[in-house]
Amino acid sequence: MDDIEAKVIETITQLNDEENLDIDFPESYIEDLSKAYVKNDLTDDELTQLIRKLKMAYDRAHVEAGEAVGTVAAQSVGEPGTQMTMRTFHYAGVTELNVTLGLPRLIEIVDARKEIATPTMDIYFDEERRDDEEFVRTLANQIGKSTVNDIISDFNLNYGTMEVEAVLDSKKIEEKRLDREEINAAIEKAFKKADIKGDRIIVPSSKSDKSDSKFEIRELRLLADKVRDLQISGIKGIGKVIIRRDEEWIIHTEGSNLKEILDMDGIDHVRTTTNNIHEIGEVLGIEAARQSIINEAQNTLSEQGLSVDVRHIMLVADIMTSEGTVKSIGRHGISGEKSSVLARAAFEETGKHLLHASIRGEVDDLTGIIENIIIGQPIPLGTGSVGVKMDYKNE
Amino acid sequence: MKIDIQDHMLVPKHEIMTEEEISDEFSDVDYDFKDLPKIKSNDPVVKAIGAEPGNVLRITRESQTAGVFVTYRIVED
Repeated sequence: MDDIEAKVIETITQLNDEENLDIDFPESYIEDLSKAYVKNDLTDDELTQLIRKLKMAYDRAHVEAGEAVGTVAAQSVGEPGTQMTMRTFHYAGVTELNVTLGLPRLIEIVDARKEIATPTMDIYFDEERRDDEEFVRTLANQIGKSTVNDIISDFNLNYGTMEVEAVLDSKKIEEKRLDREEINAAIEKAFKKADIKGDRIIVPSSKSDKSDSKFEIRELRLLADKVRDLQISGIKGIGKVIIRRDEEWIIHTEGSNLKEILDMDGIDHVRTTTNNIHEIGEVLGIEAARQSIINEAQNTLSEQGLSVDVRHIMLVADIMTSEGTVKSIGRHGISGEKSSVLARAAFEETGKHLLHASIRGEVDDLTGIIENIIIGQPIPLGTGSVGVKMDYKNE
Repeated sequence: MKIDIQDHMLVPKHEIMTEEEISDEFSDVDYDFKDLPKIKSNDPVVKAIGAEPGNVLRITRESQTAGVFVTYRIVED
């Protein structure tokens, strides 16, 4: 393919030199031209003709200077948005795992929420471990949250001695591939008075004097809950994990902690991601966050059977990340930081903006669209974006 | 283990531009290169490549529409 691409590029340069056509195609066009050249078995003349036709179509498709791309993007995302379901929860491919979809998810993305409703991760494995089921299951249990409740066979409250008795289930521990020593250490750390004898764990109630018995029963029950909910394994922020096999083993998680997961051994550091855009921004940088906004928004739309041109979403993502941090569209982000008082007042919280502007003595340069509409002047858009000036040096 | 975040599929290639490249690239544009989109100096990729405030980064993205797209960001505090 490479020599064909080279030939296409050569033909273009030749055209540029001979006829001054000024063709500057993006790389994807060169690829498509090469494919068409091979597929349709074109002659050199036909190729030249095709390039000429493509140049014309490309120029027609170009956005004119002064075109309101932002407004077009808003309409193009907004209209399909009206057709999206209002239902918040849906099971996205994976059973048992809740993922916010549809309109609520789209709103979450453009609002750049710090705390999203259902953070989730897709964890992939590196080449050696991709088919190693034992390794995947062990890792899944290291990542996923397990509590004492998940590994006990018997649990009793002894009101006579005021003790909580738990019997661990070796089978369950084996199944979850947990380490006995680590479990014991975790229990001992949380309950200093705990007495561990093999499978049997006895945790006495903290109050030793038995004068106020009524109060103590309550305490014992609270202690029982504490014992049951004691976390013995897992990474901070991650709850349930689901192991799935398509072409390879993948772990889906409820909750997300990209930084720690990426630092683990055996994980694919290239494909493992989260759906939390802020987290991606912190761990992988602003450019990765931009790409993630595009991916998430497009997936959300296409899941509902809607197709919006990526260019509109790219524009939104570009604006959201242009200051180096992920900013929201709306009152607290882009629209709230416009330099023009009138533009801000026209959007939301009119009174507040006008009051503050008058206190601070703000000046409006009337360079934007909204300001000029408000005062009834031609707007700097399309043909309105050019003006006439007198050349005073020339008589 | 410390991993290289630049390998991640979401992270495009970032390069620090030399003074020469900057004057070459932005000599015939009708905006100042200081008005380029920004990238924070504490951005993980900026730290990884050792760029400093004032540097201009050339970012080569893989684009769904153009195949390859080159853009620029200026490092800011």
